Amino acid sequence: MQMTGAEIFVKALADLEVDVVFGYPGGATIHIYDALFRNVKVRHMLCRHEQGAVHMADGYARASGRTGVCLVTSGPGATNTVTGLATAYMDSIPVVVFTGQVPTLLIGNDAFQEADIVGISRPCTKHNYLVKETKDLARIMKEAFYIASTGRPGPVLVDMPKDVLAASARYDLPKEVSLRGYRPTYEGHQRQVESAVRLLLSGERPVVYAGGGVILSNASGELAELSHALSLPVTTTLMGMGAFPGSDPLSLGMLGMHGTYAANMAISNSDVILAVGARFDDRVTGKISEFAPHAKIIHIDIDPTSIQKNVRVDIPIVGDVKDVLRKMIKLVKGKKEATAYQGKTAAWRGQIVSWAKTHPLTYKPSKGKIKPQYVVEQIHKLTKGKAIVATEVGQNQMWAAQFYSYEQPRTFLSSGGLGTMGYGLPAAIGAQVAMPGRLVVDIAGDGSIQMNIQELATAVQYRIPVKVVILNNGSLGMVRQWQELFFEGKYSQTCLPHIPDFVKLAEAYGAKGFRAEKTEQVPEVLRKGFAADGPVLIDVITDPGEMVYPMVPAGAGLTEMLLV
Amino acid sequence: MRHTISVLVENEFGVLSRVSGLFSGRGFNIESLCVAETMDPQVSRMTIVTSGNDQIVEQILKQLNKLIPVLKVIDFTGVDTVDRELVLVKVNAEGDGKQEVLRLVDIFRARIVDVAPRCYTIEMTGGEGKVTAFLQMLRPMGIREVVRTGKIAISRGM
Ligand SMILES: Cc1cc2nc3c(=O)[nH]c(=O)nc-3n(C[C@H](O)[C@H](O)[C@H](O)COP(=O)(O)OP(=O)(O)OC[C@H]3O[C@@H](n4cnc5c(N)ncnc54)[C@H](O)[C@@H]3O)c2cc1C
Ligand SMILES: Cc1ncc(C[n+]2csc(CCOP(=O)(O)OP(=O)(O)O)c2C)c(N)n1
Ligand SMILES: [Mg+2]
Repeated sequence: MQMTGAEIFVKALADLEVDVVFGYPGGATIHIYDALFRNVKVRHMLCRHEQGAVHMADGYARASGRTGVCLVTSGPGATNTVTGLATAYMDSIPVVVFTGQVPTLLIGNDAFQEADIVGISRPCTKHNYLVKETKDLARIMKEAFYIASTGRPGPVLVDMPKDVLAASARYDLPKEVSLRGYRPTYEGHQRQVESAVRLLLSGERPVVYAGGGVILSNASGELAELSHALSLPVTTTLMGMGAFPGSDPLSLGMLGMHGTYAANMAISNSDVILAVGARFDDRVTGKISEFAPHAKIIHIDIDPTSIQKNVRVDIPIVGDVKDVLRKMIKLVKGKKEATAYQGKTAAWRGQIVSWAKTHPLTYKPSKGKIKPQYVVEQIHKLTKGKAIVATEVGQNQMWAAQFYSYEQPRTFLSSGGLGTMGYGLPAAIGAQVAMPGRLVVDIAGDGSIQMNIQELATAVQYRIPVKVVILNNGSLGMVRQWQELFFEGKYSQTCLPHIPDFVKLAEAYGAKGFRAEKTEQVPEVLRKGFAADGPVLIDVITDPGEMVYPMVPAGAGLTEMLLV
Repeated sequence: MRHTISVLVENEFGVLSRVSGLFSGRGFNIESLCVAETMDPQVSRMTIVTSGNDQIVEQILKQLNKLIPVLKVIDFTGVDTVDRELVLVKVNAEGDGKQEVLRLVDIFRARIVDVAPRCYTIEMTGGEGKVTAFLQMLRPMGIREVVRTGKIAISRGM
């Protein structure tokens, strides 16, 4: 049957089981919008900015594990997606972005609303396509979803010229994808796994360093099983929050620049590190030459480029975390070596416990000003640790990581690699769309929230009941913190005057607004806000001088922590 | 250390910019790059000469492999290869110099492919050392222009 490119597009989305598309229309995609009109299979949600649309698709993907989809027009619509693409790329999130393009014959002519988005997005996508013929569209869509969601996931962009969408062709969606240049390795090499287990058991001071790859691989169960079988202490990266239950006695919390004292001391004094789906980011290692000086390292990662990139590892294993951990579990579970090993490593665990006891995550409570950490603790208490938490970027993000205990994977959504301010609100909306029954909270900063505040309108339009809690410190707090510590307190351009009245702003958008100005109001205001229907914005006026600790100054070794 | 890397890629639009973008975007260095179709018209071969320490070269090889249209990556370091480069040189040929140029062309088994009143254009192929030596010898005559293809390589034997 002959169909137009636009009809093929919509039918292929339905056949690929896409239930929602976050988008924004324009001239180059007008045929698609015509085909989408009154379509019942694919829901389109109208965002207020294309950046918001990509972050929504991204939040949808992180919360659900399904690929997020976004549709925008050519030129400015396409360029507005770049930050969203780069955000998803850095954090390995499966997203497919479809962009309209000027008609094929005009490409390269500086045509109206033309941008070379394939060229622009090349370094921030896993792969991208320009569709040249209508007959190729369905196949390319199939490939795009396949590439985005397999191996190390990532964003894929598909650029569709207007004439390709208008012309007709036969609908031909292939069943299978065959790309001879793309064959991710899922199965870890058995002998390599055996060597890894041998190395692990030979040590006395082990630590598991778990990252976002555990969540992407849906392998939290396996991680817990292995850790419990051998009593292995586990620290997670920011991207790995929720990969291992925060309340587990073996959990050390986050490591790195703002990691816990126990986690950073454990990594630095360990003799074997089992790195699982983590990429030795510089926020984690601190000064590379001082990173884990006594440790042998085992590294499990599906992407060979992550291995031996920043840190020399002793046993690399290319493969899916889930597969490799299963193989490891098989080799140790119930074996008598496991029991002996738990005995041999008991003293080390004792040492870690005492580090955690002497230097817990903490802050100095104050009567007057509201402490942001207290607010996060109260959110945790109120939601019983069961919310999906999105964050903005800065101090708010670090406190959200430190003072909320994440028990489940896919419950902490944060822009780790790119650190994109303005990520949290749209990501929370996307997560809520994917998980309608869950409570979704965006822990925000007063600066970041203003970068995509327009998406409140989207939340109101579709009655998406996200709860935004602004830790309003009147400043670009994280940058201010660096100025305080390393630039003699010269607060250059980090005080935010003219912050809007967020309560009124929420109301102007048709959302509900609440405010807390005193510590004793916090629990009640949060309770009321979370109980209210629909989207809610809660403005909490926090202590502007508060800082995030521990902190490893940039370029210092992990043990050189500044503490409260 | 210098490495010669042979990359088989899908012969499709944009693949060259993916490869060159990978180098520029990550601060890797390209000394030369040659591309042409293989026997299979759907596949092209790129021969890239690059340099860097072991860790950098390992990243380059892995990153190349990671590109979707890349089918195969071969590092020729430590492999017995035949490598060649083609160079075209326009050199002054006047008075006594003429004889000297002809002599060098003969010694290096080069060919004169164009003759003008005061200069010759010479074609020469060879390994890196030979090309460099040839250009060195011609320099005193006055080289007007040099065009080099960059290196291509093929493994010896099977
Ligand atoms: C203000 C700020 C402060 C920060 N401070 C910290 C900090 O103190 N501590 C910290 O940890 N981070 C911090 N970050 C985040 C940091 O920048 C990195 O984003 C983070 O450390 C990376 O986490 P990760 O190593 O888990 O990698 P991810 O980016 O999650 O990468 C996942 C890895 O797993 C691999 N993988 C994917 N899928 C699979 C699979 N199925 N099987 C096997 N492997 C797979 C990927 O190839 C990749 O190598 C901060 C960020 C900001 C913005
Ligand atoms: C788009 C973008 N621009 C700039 C930065 C640099 N930056 C990192 S944190 C931060 C301050 C964020 O302020 P706010 O949202 O109020 O959070 P706070 O640190 O005060 O909690 C800035 C400007 C960034 N991460 N992203
Ligand atoms: Mg702030």
